[in-house]
Amino acid sequence: MTGLKLKNKSKNEMTDNLYLYAVARIRSRELSLLNKADIDQLMNCKSEKDALQFLKDKGWGRDGAETAEEVLMAEREKTWDLLRELVDDMSVFNVFLCVNDFHNVKAAIKQAYKGTKIPNMYYTDCTLDPETVKKAIIEQDFSLLPEHMREAAKEAYEIQLHTGDSQLCDIIIDKAALETLYAEGNASGNELIEQYVELKVAQADINIAIRSVKTGKDKDFLRRALVPCKSLDIEKLIESAAMGMEAIYDYLNKTVYSDAVPALKESAQAFERWCDNRIIEYIRPQKYNPFTLSPIAAYLLARENEIKTVRILLSGKRNDIADNVIRERLRDMYV
Amino acid sequence: MKLLNEYGIAFALLGAVLAALVPGIASAKAVSMGGVAGAGVITEDPAQFGKVLILQLLPGTQGIYGLLIAFITLSQIGVLGGSSDISFVKGLLYFAACLPIVIVGYSSAIKQAKAAVASINVVAKRPDQFGKAMIFPAMVETYAILALLISILAVNGVSGLNI
Repeated sequence: MTGLKLKNKSKNEMTDNLYLYAVARIRSRELSLLNKADIDQLMNCKSEKDALQFLKDKGWGRDGAETAEEVLMAEREKTWDLLRELVDDMSVFNVFLCVNDFHNVKAAIKQAYKGTKIPNMYYTDCTLDPETVKKAIIEQDFSLLPEHMREAAKEAYEIQLHTGDSQLCDIIIDKAALETLYAEGNASGNELIEQYVELKVAQADINIAIRSVKTGKDKDFLRRALVPCKSLDIEKLIESAAMGMEAIYDYLNKTVYSDAVPALKESAQAFERWCDNRIIEYIRPQKYNPFTLSPIAAYLLARENEIKTVRILLSGKRNDIADNVIRERLRDMYV
Repeated sequence: MKLLNEYGIAFALLGAVLAALVPGIASAKAVSMGGVAGAGVITEDPAQFGKVLILQLLPGTQGIYGLLIAFITLSQIGVLGGSSDISFVKGLLYFAACLPIVIVGYSSAIKQAKAAVASINVVAKRPDQFGKAMIFPAMVETYAILALLISILAVNGVSGLNI
């Protein structure tokens, strides 16, 4: 028993020390993350063009990146390039990419069904080569896919092609994606990633339950779509959804998501913002943690949050949305 | 008893060897941890080299303390010259005298490395706070110095015992 404890201790120390170099570099990189003052300055820009210029002055984008989307895409690529440089075994980040694989499965099924290809329909940031996914679906060679995707991909493909029911096809793929995300996250052994996947799955379940009330879906639909997680009792959520919106709010008030109820009552966007801010709350302590993968994962999530916030802000400026409305949609920042 | 007395020098030497070996290994590991974290900071901001180097070297002292105790013990037990006629009990006492720096040296070097790495992270973000950041790992040094002191006193004290 003592031997096992010593072995585990030694393993934990090795894991701690594995990311010393990466975390030290991330600490320096955190200095260039946008803070609240930067967001205020961006808000004060009169137009999207001015805001983009402000971001370029801060080092955002790459040569040739002109439009907002190009600049944001360049920033995302820069983040992943940095992570690839810092971490030898990128599989530790699969939890953040596995959902994109399922999106590509969905895109390939739609392409096979409609027989036309929509430009930029495949994600390139994923764990599986999009071409392999496409080939597996188009040629119905599901063995090309990993085991956890195979069954869902086959079932969704057959439903889409035989019944044309896109919604059911999406539900099957989305559920498989969330189950994979949850399993990957819990297998990571990293507390931060476990919290992240727990929130992501609960967020998806709550959204599905709310939408099912609005669209009048039955319990069977919910049982098919919802993914079990530790922080929600799926059966109680299904029962609540069957009774209506207020019952869902009542149930959530008894869970760790009671703070989210006012946001849910406001709008779906407000709930999404609440979830994003909760993730920032989870990752904030990592600013003071010099060990483990967690500060690196926190940096990745902070960058994703930053890019999302800037996208909302630029889109608001582009569409002449009032500043107070844009501000309501902005996320909290990591630094 | 006469047969046992022949093992006195063996125990005393074992104490000296462990004093050099254990804190030395721990310091090597600790300095390496600081070096790895320091390299990360230097990659992003080479101007911080001097500050990071000091923090990296802090947990290296335990190895030196261990070496010092080993050297004093070797001198006292006659391995480096003089008489090596040491009784079994005296050999055990030398061994015990080396234990504070062996155990505390190892443990404090690893703990100090963690504090040093955290301080290197502070330098990465707030180079102007180097002075404060250095205090944290330096505090751990206190316990290595206390262990060193006890080992020196004990080794010298044992040599004066007539047993």
